[in-house]
Amino acid sequence: MERHLQKELESLKKYILSLGAMVEERVRKVIKAFETRDADTAGEVVNSDWEVDEFEVAVEEECLKILALHQPVAVDLRFICAVIKINNDLERIGDEAVNIAERVAYISKRPSIKIPVDYGVMAEKTEHMLKQSLDSLVNLDAGLANKVRLADDEVDDIHVENYDKVKVAIRVQPERVGSLINLLQISRHLERIADHATNIAEEVIYMVEGVIHRHKKNGYQSDSSEED
Amino acid sequence: MDSSIKMAVNDLDFFYADFQALHRILLKFTSNQVTALIGPSGCGKSTLLRCLNRMNDLIPYSRVKGQVLLEGRNIYDPNVDVVTLRRHIGMVFQKPNPFPKSVFENVAYGLRVNGMRDRSMITERVEKSLKQAALWEEVKDRIHESALGLSGGQQQRLCIARALAVEPEIVLMDEPCSALDPIATQKIEELIHQLKEKYTIVIVTHNMQQAARVSDVTAFFYLGKLIEVDETKKIFTRPSLKETSDYITGRFG
Ligand SMILES: Nc1ncnc2c1ncn2[C@@H]1O[C@H](COP(=O)(O)OP(=O)(O)O)[C@@H](O)[C@H]1O
Ligand SMILES: [Mg+2]
Repeated sequence: MERHLQKELESLKKYILSLGAMVEERVRKVIKAFETRDADTAGEVVNSDWEVDEFEVAVEEECLKILALHQPVAVDLRFICAVIKINNDLERIGDEAVNIAERVAYISKRPSIKIPVDYGVMAEKTEHMLKQSLDSLVNLDAGLANKVRLADDEVDDIHVENYDKVKVAIRVQPERVGSLINLLQISRHLERIADHATNIAEEVIYMVEGVIHRHKKNGYQSDSSEED
Repeated sequence: MDSSIKMAVNDLDFFYADFQALHRILLKFTSNQVTALIGPSGCGKSTLLRCLNRMNDLIPYSRVKGQVLLEGRNIYDPNVDVVTLRRHIGMVFQKPNPFPKSVFENVAYGLRVNGMRDRSMITERVEKSLKQAALWEEVKDRIHESALGLSGGQQQRLCIARALAVEPEIVLMDEPCSALDPIATQKIEELIHQLKEKYTIVIVTHNMQQAARVSDVTAFFYLGKLIEVDETKKIFTRPSLKETSDYITGRFG
């Protein structure tokens, strides 16, 4: 029965990583749509959000099933708790991608505007944080997860700067206030995605830090390297 | 000495002839707490439990080294009277073992052995013990019928009542639920929760979930050694040692 649990946990890990890959792809897509003012691609992101929602529900059901049937403890219990939270963060990142897509649709329908801020750097940093947070989950790498935590401050700072820059731009071009506010909201949504990536990284750290590194000399050797 | 430490095992070794079953065990039992002893079969849990009330004295070729301190006094001191000691430290076994006598006589037995003669005092104590063991309501109308007519779960609660009748301070339980169905098991677990208000309890269990549910402190043993002891919630969420983690998550062996 315990062997069975290990199989279930392995497949749960694959499951959450697939959801991660799906959400990562959607973030990439919506950023591209923003850069190219591509309302069609943005529309696709909005219309396919149900895929993420369904996946999230399935992962959660899987977690509940394992909890009920196997009553896992220690590292296994921490893993499932982390997956439940990460699952939630991924779903929210999917929602933020939809939010950005809706802003992109708005901006694309209006005359182009000189962007007062550099979104390239912010988008790149956010995407990178998301990628690293998921890599830290794949490899249970607390060091990498910690880098994500540190990067979050940079994205927060950029968002604060963007706020000031958009404020100035609104004074200069008050007739374009609608598009400018939409731009600011995109900055806000990117910042939220970075927050969720940070949450994921923190879950990974929590999961890993309970893991045992010490070995006792005269105890038995287990046949598993799960926690090595 | 910390006054909340009811009993302390101090560098205890135990031998069955040449075989050393326990190696330098160091362990403290806190008053009004439940301590669970877990570990794979043969790791020495029952042996340790029996050392705590000198049940092992009955094994002629056995030998014990080290101390077991009950409120600071070594129970292995030559001048300790074993009958009195066992009045302070009651024991409940794996299989319910009522005597082939009435429910009443089963509980009254220990009182008579300890010299209680007053009929009304005995009756009072029997009722009180059966209530404490959460059995009174079920048996009060057949208190003079044979205990062998009770269900397994009732018999085990009767054995607990019998242990409680002499008003011990510590109750030792060796896999008390292993012969019981889930409902009876749940009743015993509920009972353990209530009993710790008055008693210090040490329970051996091979059921990990049971250890998690009933105990405050869990001690993990392997090959006659105490590997790790900590608060139960810590052991089952973040054990410090890999051996413990492997055992409780089933990655063992
Ligand atoms: N009466 C005995 N005589 C000799 N060896 C014993 C006796 N009782 C137990 N042992 C041995 O001592 C070790 C510990 O046994 P025990 O305390 O019953 O373990 P547990 O309760 O953890 O299953 C085992 O190797 C067992 O075979
Ligand atoms: Mg045993």
